Amino acid sequence: MRMEVIKKKNEKFIKQAKKHFKKISVVFLLLVPAIFVVMPVLILLSGALMDTYELRNYLSSVFSQGNEFISWKLIPDYPSFANYKKILLETPQFFILFWNSVKLVVCILMGQLVMAVPAAWGFAVYQVKGSRVLFALYVVLMLLPFQVTMLSSYLVLNKFSLINTHLSIILPAVFSTFPVFLSYGGFRAIPAQLFEAARIDGAGELTIFLNLGIPLGKSGLLSAMVLGFLEYWNMMEQPMAFLEDKFLWPLSLYLPEITWGKAGFAFCASVITLIPVMFVFVLGQDYLEQGIIYSGLKE
Amino acid sequence: MKRKRKYFYVFLLPSFAGIALFVLLPFADVVKRSFTTAVTGQFNGIKNYQTIFHNQAFLLAVENTLKFTFVCIPFLVLAGFFTALLLDQLESKGIVKSVYLFPLAMPTATIVMVWKMIFYKQGFLNLFLTRLGEWTGFWGEVHTDYLGSEAAFWVLVGSYIWKNLGYTVVLWLAGLMGIPTEYYEAAKVDGANSLQRLWYITLPNLKGSLYTIVILSFLNSFKIYREAYLTSGAYPDKSIYLLQHVFNNWFVNLELDKMAAAAVCTGGLLMIFILFLQRLWDRNEA
Repeated sequence: MRMEVIKKKNEKFIKQAKKHFKKISVVFLLLVPAIFVVMPVLILLSGALMDTYELRNYLSSVFSQGNEFISWKLIPDYPSFANYKKILLETPQFFILFWNSVKLVVCILMGQLVMAVPAAWGFAVYQVKGSRVLFALYVVLMLLPFQVTMLSSYLVLNKFSLINTHLSIILPAVFSTFPVFLSYGGFRAIPAQLFEAARIDGAGELTIFLNLGIPLGKSGLLSAMVLGFLEYWNMMEQPMAFLEDKFLWPLSLYLPEITWGKAGFAFCASVITLIPVMFVFVLGQDYLEQGIIYSGLKE
Repeated sequence: MKRKRKYFYVFLLPSFAGIALFVLLPFADVVKRSFTTAVTGQFNGIKNYQTIFHNQAFLLAVENTLKFTFVCIPFLVLAGFFTALLLDQLESKGIVKSVYLFPLAMPTATIVMVWKMIFYKQGFLNLFLTRLGEWTGFWGEVHTDYLGSEAAFWVLVGSYIWKNLGYTVVLWLAGLMGIPTEYYEAAKVDGANSLQRLWYITLPNLKGSLYTIVILSFLNSFKIYREAYLTSGAYPDKSIYLLQHVFNNWFVNLELDKMAAAAVCTGGLLMIFILFLQRLWDRNEA
């Protein structure tokens, strides 16, 4: 009798241990790649806290042609904010570029709200003959890479003498069809009966759009804004092609120009560039995920 | 019905006018230019097309771009799938998901210096491999210059996966969550083991997700140019000379006739490919 009980207890224990083991191995399997994902970020953050001498010491192999390897410490021996000070207090150019980035992103996102959101509403609510074909065209345009449309953008921007101005970056981006697609996903998630009910109550189409559509479909809009922010803060191809003067550049073009000799400066500039991204990422992660899922929705 | 039509046009007009002005009309101009000479604008027949298809740089770039696409997309799709399967078993996925998503948010420019530190001749990767070799006794010091040799291709594949794994995982997870749990319970009652459940329930129900993920991975594969350009410049190692480099270098050198022909070819091919996928998608749903 007692043996039975012990055996039963044992079995239960083994079963639980198995379950635990499975869980631990899952976490472990997920953690290994996660370390690879996080490592570059940690190197960046630690590099930004080092002073010039310590960095030079670790990176000496870059400058000499010997066989010595790079070395690193994730916690600096002599943590210092000297490079931050240098950027924030002694490099006014940095601010110009920072504000360029801000200006470009804000203008593009505002423009997209005004242009793309009504279009998405049109596609989502008024399905008339031909709207499907037009929507397919929007999807194709969304998927064409910048390089394919680079020449056509250049031709039209050149015609309006907009090359080498911020408008040359803003205007084509405002008419990107990606936010149309994302907002469309948000609007489609609203049940259509709601609009019918509003119409019966005598609401005009514009009222329905502004007072029902936008509040109820805002997850699509916000997803478009979050994904758009991340995309345009990271924008490189367009400014590289259309902006000649360096004082017009966004940060994303300037950072890679910093040489090894000023590595500490580059790390700090990168961290500062990352701060707005972190902000948007943390606040908007739900919308980011939602946006990724909407971008995968089909009609 | 008529009213519906009117409102459709009203809401669509601003966006469509902009697209027509900034994309459609100039692209028509590009098509026209692809049949004329760059300087004088005379009709040139298909000469521009002949030129680009005999251009070594262009052919190399086409080959590399295709190779890159065919290597990294299956890789990314599978890696994302297995990660999502693992993640699906956790109760709280939040933090892990954030970790995987973060590289997507990280501007390429901020991470270039770190990439260089990892992959140059005396960088972290070689340091790690050398230590590993010393420890196991199989090999000596490693001094490969990853960015300046054929290995650059794999560096690009790696950074593509690094950047895009997160959103692939999110998409797969959304697909997995969309499968009703009753299916699994019913299968369990019928005595299906976990492998059978994966094969007969999970996989068939994820077909829709697969199309989406392939299309979006493809879209994002063109953005790898940022990494390639920033780590290796406008003329990188031959193994990573991509179509994007060609377009950019022709643009810088103002070889607009070649660019026009190449844009028409690439754009046309992509359009056919996308429409083909859409058709496939439609048929799958019907």
